[in-house]
Amino acid sequence: MTHRRKFLLGGGVILAALVYMIYAGVSQSVVYFVTPSELRAQPVAGKAYRLGGMVEPGSLKWEPRSLDLAFTLSDGKASVRVRHKGTPPDLFAEGRGAVVEGTWTPDGYFKASLIMAKHSEEYKAPHGDESQAGYKELLKTLKGQSEAPKLSY
Amino acid sequence: MIPEIGYAMTAVALGLALYGSGAAAIGARWHRPALIQSSQHAALGVFVLILAAMILLVYAFLTFDFSVRYVAMNTNRGTPFYYRITALWGALEGSIILWSWMLSIYTLLVILRYRSRHPEFYPWVLSVMLGVLAFFLLVMTVPAPPFQRLTPIPPDGRGLNPLLEDTGMITHPVALYLGFTGFTVPFAFAMAALITGRTGDEWITVTRRWTIVAWYFLSLGLLIGGWWSYHVLGWGGYWAWDPVENAAFMPWLTGTAFLHSVMIQERRRILKLWNLTLIILTFGLTLFGTFLTRSGILSSVHSFTQGTIGAFFLGFIALILLGAFGLVAARGDRLKAQGELDSILSRESAFLLNNLMLVAAAFTVFFGTIFPLLSEAVRGVKVSVGAPFFNLVNIPIFLALIFLMGVGPLIAWRRASRENLRRNFLWPVGLGIVAAGAFRMLGVAHTLALLCFGLVVFVTATIVLDFYRATRARLRSGERLLPAMGGLLVRQNRRYGGFVVHLGILVIALGVLGSNAWSIQTETTLRRGEAFQIGRYHVRFDGLAASEESNHFKVTGTFTVANDGRVLAVMQPAKKFYPQEQTPIAYVDYLMGLREDLYLVLGDFARDGSQATIKVQVNRLVTLIWLGGLVLTLGAGLAILPDRRKA
Repeated sequence: MTHRRKFLLGGGVILAALVYMIYAGVSQSVVYFVTPSELRAQPVAGKAYRLGGMVEPGSLKWEPRSLDLAFTLSDGKASVRVRHKGTPPDLFAEGRGAVVEGTWTPDGYFKASLIMAKHSEEYKAPHGDESQAGYKELLKTLKGQSEAPKLSY
Repeated sequence: MIPEIGYAMTAVALGLALYGSGAAAIGARWHRPALIQSSQHAALGVFVLILAAMILLVYAFLTFDFSVRYVAMNTNRGTPFYYRITALWGALEGSIILWSWMLSIYTLLVILRYRSRHPEFYPWVLSVMLGVLAFFLLVMTVPAPPFQRLTPIPPDGRGLNPLLEDTGMITHPVALYLGFTGFTVPFAFAMAALITGRTGDEWITVTRRWTIVAWYFLSLGLLIGGWWSYHVLGWGGYWAWDPVENAAFMPWLTGTAFLHSVMIQERRRILKLWNLTLIILTFGLTLFGTFLTRSGILSSVHSFTQGTIGAFFLGFIALILLGAFGLVAARGDRLKAQGELDSILSRESAFLLNNLMLVAAAFTVFFGTIFPLLSEAVRGVKVSVGAPFFNLVNIPIFLALIFLMGVGPLIAWRRASRENLRRNFLWPVGLGIVAAGAFRMLGVAHTLALLCFGLVVFVTATIVLDFYRATRARLRSGERLLPAMGGLLVRQNRRYGGFVVHLGILVIALGVLGSNAWSIQTETTLRRGEAFQIGRYHVRFDGLAASEESNHFKVTGTFTVANDGRVLAVMQPAKKFYPQEQTPIAYVDYLMGLREDLYLVLGDFARDGSQATIKVQVNRLVTLIWLGGLVLTLGAGLAILPDRRKA
């Protein structure tokens, strides 16, 4: 039965390689969820985190030209400054929940590579609320615009 | 009235399915043909009732009958006509109807085809299929009834999830469910084989084509899902290792393994236990996928529901696994191999390795998907496992699979001689190495990319070599070129259908490689009239316009794209604001090409239209993924044709 043994051995080697790959994969790429206080308590620079909290009112700065986004996430006990390059997602606003993924930098801020705004689960009445009014107004301003400028190459 | 009528239909169908399942089993056990006949009638009744329930629900959608809760939740007066029909499977309850209906179609097909053949298996197959059907009808009756009455009746409905207002979303669930439910047929035959103790190859040869059909639809479902993700979700990719995608990918992996390993059992009478395990796992994973996506255990775009349904599915999965593996254990004595592996250099070994790799991939995907749930449940630590994990672990596995795709079909059975290896692999391996070297000199520096290129060329060469030799043999016997090639495809449709599917997979692999290795993206803010350069494209922002559509409000940006002063296209990515949604929905615009797609997503914009932020991507070779899907379709179609050799 030396064949059998050979095959078992081969299978064992493959299995071991697989287990190792999963182990290495998990330990390299699992990202931990933390709150601002947890991150503040023991920040490890360079390690990837998912940080969840509320965008502190008055902290949000968005610079469309340079795409610089800066804000502070807070959980009521501690707060963390976050910087990101790119457009904030649509639901992202002050006073709302957000989750960001990125790393803590030695310069004392969180460098986010991904920003996710939290959906609220509440059911929204289909018509006639204030955001609708907002859309209507936007519709008006944009319709008031003249046609796109006729530039040509 | 509609809610009550519909509910009654599903309840009666449940009763019929339970009766039919029992009747078929009793009829089989105590040889009562009348009971089996009666069970067939019950199956027909179930099919008719589910169909009627579906039509009733569609009618409720078309007439805006908001007394049906499901209609009120998934449509409103602005929903366009045909999305009101497809809204049927826009959420959990309706999806379950669609699922059951497809399963009842498969059941009818099995009845039509086998009622006078395979008399030992047939009643048990019927019993198992009706049993599975009964479970889905139970879900429709208790935890997720599509015909729940809503009081008071609202004046208007909530509306369909806007992301689903797309042809991709109309067809994706249909294909996916045809795949999922299709695996019930080989599963039912496997169970019948275990119950009757006829654990030979009969159940495998009978279900071969059913398995290919199920596998094909599942593949198609995955591809359409990727297509939908790419052109609707607006994040610029087609696959994100999202749990919902993984849920459909796992049964695909084990199903692919099954598709290959049954060939070994047919030829060498080994791997019996393994094949049973694979089909049980595949079927279990189709249920598990539904559990993951529909129980609300995960939160992602697809999981738009929460409820007690999770417990039902977990219970049923447990029942299936315990029952099926219990039967396997009881029949252990009949599952001994009638042969053994002779050498590592043999087709059996190559297929076995392929199986190991596929199951390993399924396991890593499973592990990565449930790890966050486990971690939270066991350690109380919230973690996320993202694309980096899946890529890291799966890329080597998939490269090995591509390699085996070249080796498996050509290497000799039992023990490959030095001569066999030289004859079949010297040229392909040489070509693969030369190709990798050539790409290196052309400036491809990425090691993985070179490896992947080399492997793709190697596998393509093995396929071409095999086809060339077979054609040459036919030419020698006096046939002309085209009839010879056509005859090969038709007469050895199973082999060459498989090869064409392999070619499709290779094309897809190139697309995946290209899009990952060479795509570029940027985000920028432009004033009206301002332009910027990405790749070979000069993109100019011309302004914003707003419009009101039937069920939403839309802001459209206009961008002129030019190359060397020549206008290529005017692109209009937009943002759609649905009243029932908190977030606007991106409407992507892209310029599709064989080599690359230019992909524009409108981001933030100034309310006066003077400035807009856009995300721009140049995605390389993505089109190959869709083309590969077409090739795969051709190959699967060829493989499904009846086997001509025996006729």
